[in-house]
Amino acid sequence: MSTVAASAHAPAARATRPRRPSTATVYRWELRKLVSQKRTYLGLGLVVILPLFFVIFQNVHQRHDRGGDNIFAAQITQSGLATPVLMLLFLSVFMLPLAAALVAGDVVAAEDGNGTLKTILTRSVNRGQVFAAKALAAVTYATLAVFLSAAVATVAGIASWGFLSVRTFSGTIVSAPEALLLVFAANAIYLIPLMAVVAIGVLLSTATRNSAAAVVGTVGFVILLFIVAQIPGLEGIKPYLLTEQFENWHGLLRTPTDWAPIAHSAWVCALYGVPALFAAYLVFLRRDVAGG
Amino acid sequence: MSDAALPPPVKARGLVKRYKEVLAVDHIDLNVRAGDVYGFLGPNGAGKTTTLRMALGLITPTEGTVELFGRDPMRQGARALEGVAGFVEAPRFYPYLTGRKNLELLAALDGDDASTRIDEVLDVVELAPRGGHRVGGYSHGMRQRLGIASALLRRPRLLVLDEPATGLDPAGMRDMRRLIRRLADEGITVLLSSHQLPEVQELCDRVAIVDSGRVVYEGALSDLRRQGGAGYRLRSTDDKRALEVLRAQPGIEHALAEEHGVGFQAEESAVAELSLALGRAGIGILVLAPELATLEDLFFRLTEDRDGFGSSTREAAEESPSDTERLVSTQ
Repeated sequence: MSTVAASAHAPAARATRPRRPSTATVYRWELRKLVSQKRTYLGLGLVVILPLFFVIFQNVHQRHDRGGDNIFAAQITQSGLATPVLMLLFLSVFMLPLAAALVAGDVVAAEDGNGTLKTILTRSVNRGQVFAAKALAAVTYATLAVFLSAAVATVAGIASWGFLSVRTFSGTIVSAPEALLLVFAANAIYLIPLMAVVAIGVLLSTATRNSAAAVVGTVGFVILLFIVAQIPGLEGIKPYLLTEQFENWHGLLRTPTDWAPIAHSAWVCALYGVPALFAAYLVFLRRDVAGG
Repeated sequence: MSDAALPPPVKARGLVKRYKEVLAVDHIDLNVRAGDVYGFLGPNGAGKTTTLRMALGLITPTEGTVELFGRDPMRQGARALEGVAGFVEAPRFYPYLTGRKNLELLAALDGDDASTRIDEVLDVVELAPRGGHRVGGYSHGMRQRLGIASALLRRPRLLVLDEPATGLDPAGMRDMRRLIRRLADEGITVLLSSHQLPEVQELCDRVAIVDSGRVVYEGALSDLRRQGGAGYRLRSTDDKRALEVLRAQPGIEHALAEEHGVGFQAEESAVAELSLALGRAGIGILVLAPELATLEDLFFRLTEDRDGFGSSTREAAEESPSDTERLVSTQ
């Protein structure tokens, strides 16, 4: 360093006010950080591999007699568009919340663990901007996981069993293009409860400052709600459990569309997600960054 | 507006940080002026890093305020950090990104034209050839240099460095000091937290010494050394008898037998009287030489012997107070 240090010109001091970066800039860099981390691909890999594995397994065994399980399971080999619906049914319970928790639980805590929170909080961005960017990045990741899984399941299903019409939960037949639209709309509706899971993950990530604890805590919370739903005598609270909202998209696949469960899940999920996100925001704003 | 009218780079008043029962920082006042290379000295655990974290808005003071160029980081957030850069404890980066990508990220978070200076700052810290390598593979010294580079991206008017030479080899330490000196020469105010006394003695013109969360001295380093007392060393034809003469002589303090002679503190006038007294006693003077206290001597006296040196320097300050120095009571 000595020779260059002696000859190079360091940036000169100045007193003019710098132009501050936007939250969008911070968000873009949060995404770039996610893209650069191997762990990011773990959750995405899971939600991509499972539909592929399912389709391959079905092709190998060529089972046509699954009518007892579910209306979409019954037509799994009759239309490729039954595959993404069936996969959403399976993955929505645990795998997609797990994938969402992997990033949401890590997004703040990892910075604490690496000591980089102090690095970014001593630049020209406010804590609120950093928090917003991190929460948005977690939301983006969860959304990507859902739609990537749906896309892979759709392509694999169509490749195996064709782009054909399907029967809905009501027994009515919808054309293939309409079914395709419904598949992606169902995934979009499923994002409502998943966002609440993300918010809980971000809260635990911010509060615990420990990635593993936050991820496990988020998944544990989901499992706990599943257990609560099974306890006799607690049927009254079941409609208000977050995990019950994981099936909110079923209303879309009925004729006519049943909006009631969707609207119900929207406010129930808001009851979980909004306070969690707000609490995480307050904790992030006020916390001491003493590690690293 | 003249420089004198501008708010100071750092002004802390009554900073307190308490962690439950532990009082990490106890009513610290700091005054870093424009152009200072300000040493923030103290033993490990004295509260230096906690104070710097409060100064940068990373942790909330339990009591007190801190302003950077007149702005409070706790109230004004990132705006208070305009013109301020540096790091507390070891600089940390994303290990999975390259050094250059880390700087690109931080430049993006700095806004303005910081991204145009990445090559320049990599050159300044001699990391240009390794800029494309992941930080996870960097040595400690390289990370320290990357820390400096990331700070320079912001064109700081105040550079806050927490133990920047820690973990560096001797050549790395020398280079780091040269770099800090050069940045200071270019007009950047430097707040340097360190427990490396030679580093502070070489670089700093003003210091604050903290111990157990309290400032035990703040002021010019030269004043501190003066207040440490003019020390003298005497070698004579009979050191044992000379010591007796010293102890009997008015104006002579802290006379102690040393390995090669006798050490003591005194004013110049008392030393003149002493030489005559030694002559009268038939003791020949071989060496009678002044010895300025080193920073290390002063530091240990301040942090380990508050009742001794600490009290005497407090008295000295009370006798000749000035606006350029403050000696803070440790009681």
